[in-house]
Amino acid sequence: MLRSGVGTAVAAALMLAACSNARPQSASAEAPATKGKGPGRNKGYSHDPFPSTYKPYPGVPTLVRNVTIYDGEGGRIDNGAALFADGKVVAVGQTVDAPANATVIDGAGKWLTPGVIDIHSHLGNGPSPQVDAHDDVNEATAPVTADVWAEHGVWPQDPGFGRALANGGVTTLQILPGSANLFGGRTVVLKNVYARTMQAMKFPGAPYGLKMACGENPKRVYGGKGRKPSTRMGNVAADRDYWAKAVAYKRKWDKYEDDGGAAPDRDIGYDTARGVLAGEILVQNHCYRADEMAIVMDMAKEFGYRVTAFHHAVEAYKIADLLKANNTCAAVWADWYGFKMESYDGIGENLALLQKEGACGFIHSDDENGIQRLNQEVAKALAAGRRAGIQISDEQAWRWLAIGPATALGIADKTGSLKPGKMADAVLWNGNPLSVYTRPEKVWVDGALLYDANDPRRRPMSDFELGQPGRENAR
Amino acid sequence: MKRALLLLAAAFVAAPATAQTVAIVNGTVALGDGSDPVPNGTVVFRDGRIVAAGAGVSAPTGATVVDARGKWVVAGTVAAFTDLGLVDGGYGVPESNDASAASTPFGASLDVAPAINPASVPIGNERLGGVTRAFVAPRPDDSIFGGQGAVIDLGNDPDPITRARAFQFVELGERGAVISGGSRPATYAALRDAFAQAQDYRRNPSGFDGRGRDALLKRADAQALLDVLDGRTPLLVHAERASDIRAVLALPREYPKLRLVLLGASEGWMVADEIARARVPVIASALADLPASFEQVAATESNVGRLTRAGVVTAISTVGLNTAPGEHVVHQYAGNLVAIAKVPGKTGLTWGEAFAAITSRPAQAMGMDAEIGSLRPGRRADVVIWSGDPLELSSSPEAVWIDGRQQPQTSRQRRLRDRYLTPTEGALPKAYD
Repeated sequence: MLRSGVGTAVAAALMLAACSNARPQSASAEAPATKGKGPGRNKGYSHDPFPSTYKPYPGVPTLVRNVTIYDGEGGRIDNGAALFADGKVVAVGQTVDAPANATVIDGAGKWLTPGVIDIHSHLGNGPSPQVDAHDDVNEATAPVTADVWAEHGVWPQDPGFGRALANGGVTTLQILPGSANLFGGRTVVLKNVYARTMQAMKFPGAPYGLKMACGENPKRVYGGKGRKPSTRMGNVAADRDYWAKAVAYKRKWDKYEDDGGAAPDRDIGYDTARGVLAGEILVQNHCYRADEMAIVMDMAKEFGYRVTAFHHAVEAYKIADLLKANNTCAAVWADWYGFKMESYDGIGENLALLQKEGACGFIHSDDENGIQRLNQEVAKALAAGRRAGIQISDEQAWRWLAIGPATALGIADKTGSLKPGKMADAVLWNGNPLSVYTRPEKVWVDGALLYDANDPRRRPMSDFELGQPGRENAR
Repeated sequence: MKRALLLLAAAFVAAPATAQTVAIVNGTVALGDGSDPVPNGTVVFRDGRIVAAGAGVSAPTGATVVDARGKWVVAGTVAAFTDLGLVDGGYGVPESNDASAASTPFGASLDVAPAINPASVPIGNERLGGVTRAFVAPRPDDSIFGGQGAVIDLGNDPDPITRARAFQFVELGERGAVISGGSRPATYAALRDAFAQAQDYRRNPSGFDGRGRDALLKRADAQALLDVLDGRTPLLVHAERASDIRAVLALPREYPKLRLVLLGASEGWMVADEIARARVPVIASALADLPASFEQVAATESNVGRLTRAGVVTAISTVGLNTAPGEHVVHQYAGNLVAIAKVPGKTGLTWGEAFAAITSRPAQAMGMDAEIGSLRPGRRADVVIWSGDPLELSSSPEAVWIDGRQQPQTSRQRRLRDRYLTPTEGALPKAYD
């Protein structure tokens, strides 16, 4: 999606994001403001109008023992054991007692890790087959579309979800709008479980993200149409204009919700921006160049928000100290470089250099093929770092696939490591998962076994693939 | 016998490939011909060519001996579908992109060879990643024929061309349909008309209207297509769908001298026996396993394994995957094909087959395996010492020879890394580091 999916959309006459003027029909809507008489903070309108209906599938109490464990937070247990029950991690240790009814799996020669988390995917929005009729990644009709939500374009039958599960051990992923726009819209976090509806994939309790983009894409897409932004200056100008208005929108709504009076007009885009300013929605910012990231971090301070993570961030290594000081993460590839001007300085040591400086970094895919091999991408980044003299252990490197992205998605209390009480999202690998010769053998999501290499009935096949020529033999 | 230590970060010595003989000893040797690696092997080269390689080979008297104990000594990698040397900043920098031309009247005659820039940054980066040769393909834009691709080396020298006009590239699937006006029938009409015009040109060159403003086929294009029709130049055909592949395999009934090579072939496994019977080699997309388009509905990771089992000469490449210009990832892809051999229901490759898929198989596909792609005697001495198994993610190249010349162990990426090992400035800005 990084190269395709931008620049092809039809230009629209509308210069601004579409607005909704729906007015809450509450009795107090026309009442004069009285201190403390509003509907209450964040209660002026629903913040969750498309709620998750995800329910974990049934699992059985499962003990994996005699296995090498990377816990996802940097810990390692050799010849260890882990017990899942009722969808949760129950215990992890050198030895764990299994209840009588538990399925016991011998993990000799195998590795157990938390499920892989991809913080940057377009599965569902830019699904396979990649036909125009399916391309719902970029609402490239205006540079600011904070009003669009990625979840409204997620096609739950994308065959890519199943590949990411079976080949990549991916159990959680964030779907983002593309990078054609400065404000691309809201992201959504999904459990990697096929469902009939998007809502039934939606990660319960995960905060929303706001996708933003700096650099070449917005200025190329809109500059190519003779519109603002056509330069990086225009990018930042349009960003600041929107943030300034969002601050005013938040002030109005906060006042109304606290003190009552006439309800302000709703604006779906500013709802999202307000959520960012309130710390409820996390900014996930596509950005490549070091100097641009530095400008964006200042802009965030100007308007009172924080960039949670820069995505792609191929020059993050040049400002690892600055990222650390701003408590901002970088979600990166292992070794992609040179496919556009702003990726010219990409190097394989990016992630290891961030780790060396104590900055927050982790892996991402942005690609329906790469998401099937994120463990291998980490292995490459780790090897490049070691060649540069940066010593990082295998189990520390696994943080780049687990607690790192979980933290930047705001779900680290729920998943992202094998700690008691967390979701039993886990992968049993048929060997060292940092080796090219290793693949997932079993994948659990909330304790339900949803992929088993040894059981053909435990391999998902999306509706699209069903009955297609060759598909039954194609796996 | 002279002994030289292997200096991992040795400065480049611009030693010409003179009569000096080099013997790399004690390493695990992988020839690239499909055989399994052998421990404690020796690789000997002289005058830019392999003299001998394998177990039981001894270093000749007077040879410069390199000790590769604990390392792997292997054939250099052949990247089988690239734009190396044609682009600097990918498709986001059209100013320096010579891979395609949207508004030229020419098609089949376009020749990438003079456009290759051996000093382009990606070539240096990928050389350090163990890639020593590459097929450079022009990308069709306004004609289904992309033009004539080249085989290049990635050596740090001014002459990159191993073979100019090594193949003609044509799109005969969905992409071809888009280019030729919107359908596969339009593609085949364009193909047959171009071949017919080329034959008109052969019969009566002076009467051929190949210079007029409205000529559908220029004289130069007609000549390039005669090279294809006469079998002098292989025709690299991008086709993914099983039915498209069958249509391609039928072409020699009309044009009997065509030397076909299939590119992509995601659904090739469904017609593997037919491809094998036609003796058409395949440069496959290594790991494409998604129905990325309606011509790849049956794509599977097992494709390469199944084609290989059927007896098809199958190489792998980065076609169809978002990697450019990182051609070094073909090592990782080859390793994955070994990995899936362990997964129930999937068909993978042996290690030797997988390594051959990125060395000798591409060379065979282009009819150049007597020249490049393995460490068998007489081949060009493209030799890489790896820290370990070249398909494993933790391994890296530590010394590279191309045409027997040792290459610099540095690149622009390496310089960037070293400059920013510590991100903060010292007494002077980073620009002085």
